[in-house]
Amino acid sequence: MHKRRLVLLAVLAVVSVAAFLTLGLRGNLAFVLQIRAVKLLALVQVAVSVALSTVLFQTVTANRILTPSIMGLDALYLFGQALLVFLLGGLGYAAIGGGWKFAAEVLIMIALAAVLLRPLLTARLDMSLLLLTGVTIGLLFRSLSQLLFRLLDPNAFAVVQAASFANFNALRADLTIIGSVVTFAAAALCWHLRHRLDVVALGREAAIGLGIDWSRTAALLLLVVALLVAVSTALVGPVAFFGLLVAALAERILGTRRHAVLLPAAALVAIILLVGGQAIFQHLLGSASTLGVVIEFAGGIAFLLLLYLGSRT
Amino acid sequence: MILIEDLSLAHGGTPILRDINLTIDRGGIVALVGPNGAGKSSLLSLIARLRPLQTGRVVIDDLPVTTTPGRELARRMAILRQDGVFAGRLTVRELVSLGRFPHSQGRSTPQDRARVEEALAQFGVADLAERFLETLSGGQRQRALVAMTFCQGTDYLLLDEPLNNLDMFHARHLMQSLRRMADEEDRTAIIVLHDINQAAAYADRIIAMRDGRVVADGTPQDVLTPDTLAEIFGYRMQVTQIGGKPLVLHHL
Ligand SMILES: Nc1ncnc2c1ncn2[C@@H]1O[C@H](COP(=O)(O)OP(=O)(O)OP(=O)(O)O)[C@@H](O)[C@H]1O
Ligand SMILES: [Mg+2]
Repeated sequence: MHKRRLVLLAVLAVVSVAAFLTLGLRGNLAFVLQIRAVKLLALVQVAVSVALSTVLFQTVTANRILTPSIMGLDALYLFGQALLVFLLGGLGYAAIGGGWKFAAEVLIMIALAAVLLRPLLTARLDMSLLLLTGVTIGLLFRSLSQLLFRLLDPNAFAVVQAASFANFNALRADLTIIGSVVTFAAAALCWHLRHRLDVVALGREAAIGLGIDWSRTAALLLLVVALLVAVSTALVGPVAFFGLLVAALAERILGTRRHAVLLPAAALVAIILLVGGQAIFQHLLGSASTLGVVIEFAGGIAFLLLLYLGSRT
Repeated sequence: MILIEDLSLAHGGTPILRDINLTIDRGGIVALVGPNGAGKSSLLSLIARLRPLQTGRVVIDDLPVTTTPGRELARRMAILRQDGVFAGRLTVRELVSLGRFPHSQGRSTPQDRARVEEALAQFGVADLAERFLETLSGGQRQRALVAMTFCQGTDYLLLDEPLNNLDMFHARHLMQSLRRMADEEDRTAIIVLHDINQAAAYADRIIAMRDGRVVADGTPQDVLTPDTLAEIFGYRMQVTQIGGKPLVLHHL
C-alpha cells in the first residue's frame, strides 16, 4: 500500500515539474527553459529542505505540531543576515561572495539556536509553553532585525529585504550550488539514518533503552535542521506553515510515521505543492507572487486543525 | 551480574536515592517493592542509564554503564518504563520490531522477524499486530510494550510495574513467562511490583525500598514477615502460607 501511494506521489511530482517547465512557453525556447530550469532547481531545494527539516524536527521533539519556523529558527537566520549587514555595511555585505555570506549567516544562526533553543528542547517543557517561547523568540528576533535595519541607512536596507511572507518568485540565484550541496547531503544523511529516526521518534528514554546515543544524535539532527532551514530561508524567505502542512499531509496520505516512507513522501508532497503551485500561479494565472500567500493560508489552517484535534485527544 | 555501588541521587537538594549497594546475580527474578515515591523507578532508570549518574557506579557484566556504548548495553539489557506510552502513528508490529533495533539496526533478518512474531504471539497481541497503538486498550498497549521489551532478547530485563493495566490472566501469564525465562535460559528480570503476592509466588529475591534506601533484601520467606512488611509499608498485615509460599493479606 505504501509503495503504491509513494509511486503515485512521485508521478504527480514529475507531472508538476513537467508543467512548470512547459506551461505557457513563449519566445526564445532555449533561453526560457534555461531560466525555468534554474528556478526549478531552487524550488525543489526549498521543497525538500522544508519537508526534511520539519519531519526531522518533529521526530526529535516527539511533537507533530512544532516546526522549525514555529520555534523561530528562520527568524534566527534572518537576524544573522541583518547582523552581518549591520556589521559590514551594505556595500561590504554586497562585496563578499554568496557562499561566505551563507556560511557566516548559518554560523550566527547555529550559535543563537544552541544558546536559546537547545536548552528549551531538552528541558521537556510542555507543549503550550514551548509554542509560546518559540513564537516569542521569533517575534523578538524579527523585531531585532527590523531595529538593525532602522539603524542602517536606507541604501543598506535595500540590500537585504526580510519579507514577512515567503516569496517564491524572487530567488537568490547565488546560492543555488551551495543550497544543492547542503540539501542533497542532508537528504542522503536522512536516508542513511531512516531506521534510527524511527527509534528517535519514540522519545529520549525509549531511544536510549534501544541503544541510541541520545545527546549526540539529537545534536546532529538539530544541526541538520538548522542547515536546511538556512537554505530555504536564504532562498525564499521565511515559510511559517508550509512544513507543517507538508508533514501533516504526507502522514495523512501514507498513514505511517515510518521514516523510510514518511521522508520521501513529505519531500514529494512539498515538490508537488511548490512546483505544481508555482506552475499554475505563474504560468497559467500570471500572478506569481500569490503562491506564498495561498500556501501559508492552507498551512495556517492545517496548524489550527492539528491544534484543535490534538487538544481533544 | 549487575553491580550497584554507592549509588545516590538527589533532585534539587532533595535526596531520592541514598547510598545503594546491590549485587544482582545472573539468572532469576528479583522483585523490587516499596511504597510510592520510594525510588524504585529512579533506581531502574539509573541502572538503565536513562538518567546520568550523580555518584556511584553501575556495572553490567563488567561494562560500566557510563562509558559503554549504548548499543552494546542495549543488547544485554532492556527496560520497560512505568510511563512507556509513545506518541506517533505506529502499529503494534512496528513497535515490537523496534525491539530488535539493537541487533539489526533496522535491517532485519528473517531471524529478527521470527523473534517479532514469537513475541507477538507470546503476549497475545498477534491479532492486534496491524492496529495502531493509540487504538488499543490500556492493557493491550501494555502487552505490546512488554512484547517489545522481550523481543530485545537481552540477558537482563528491567520491568517497571509491567503488570499495570493487565488482567489476572495476562498478569499470571507474564510472571510465568519470566519464571520460564529465568529457569530455562538463565536470564535475569528485575521487576517492580506493587502486588506483593506476585512477588511472593514468583520472585527468587525481594528487595524492598523506602525513602530512597534498601530496607530489606532476601528471599520471599525472609522479607514477607509482618514485622518487615510493617517497616516497609507502614502498617501491619497478616501473612499466611499457601503451597509453601507466603501469602500476604495486605488488603484487610
Ligand atoms: N524529575 C523529578 N523531579 C523531582 N523529583 C522527582 C523526579 N522524579 C522523581 N522524583 C521524586 O523521587 C522520588 C522517587 O520517585 P520514583 O519515581 O523513583 O518512585 P517509585 O518508587 O517508582 O514510586 P511509584 O511506586 O509511585 O512508581 C519521589 O519522591 C519523586 O517525587
Ligand atoms: Mg515508579
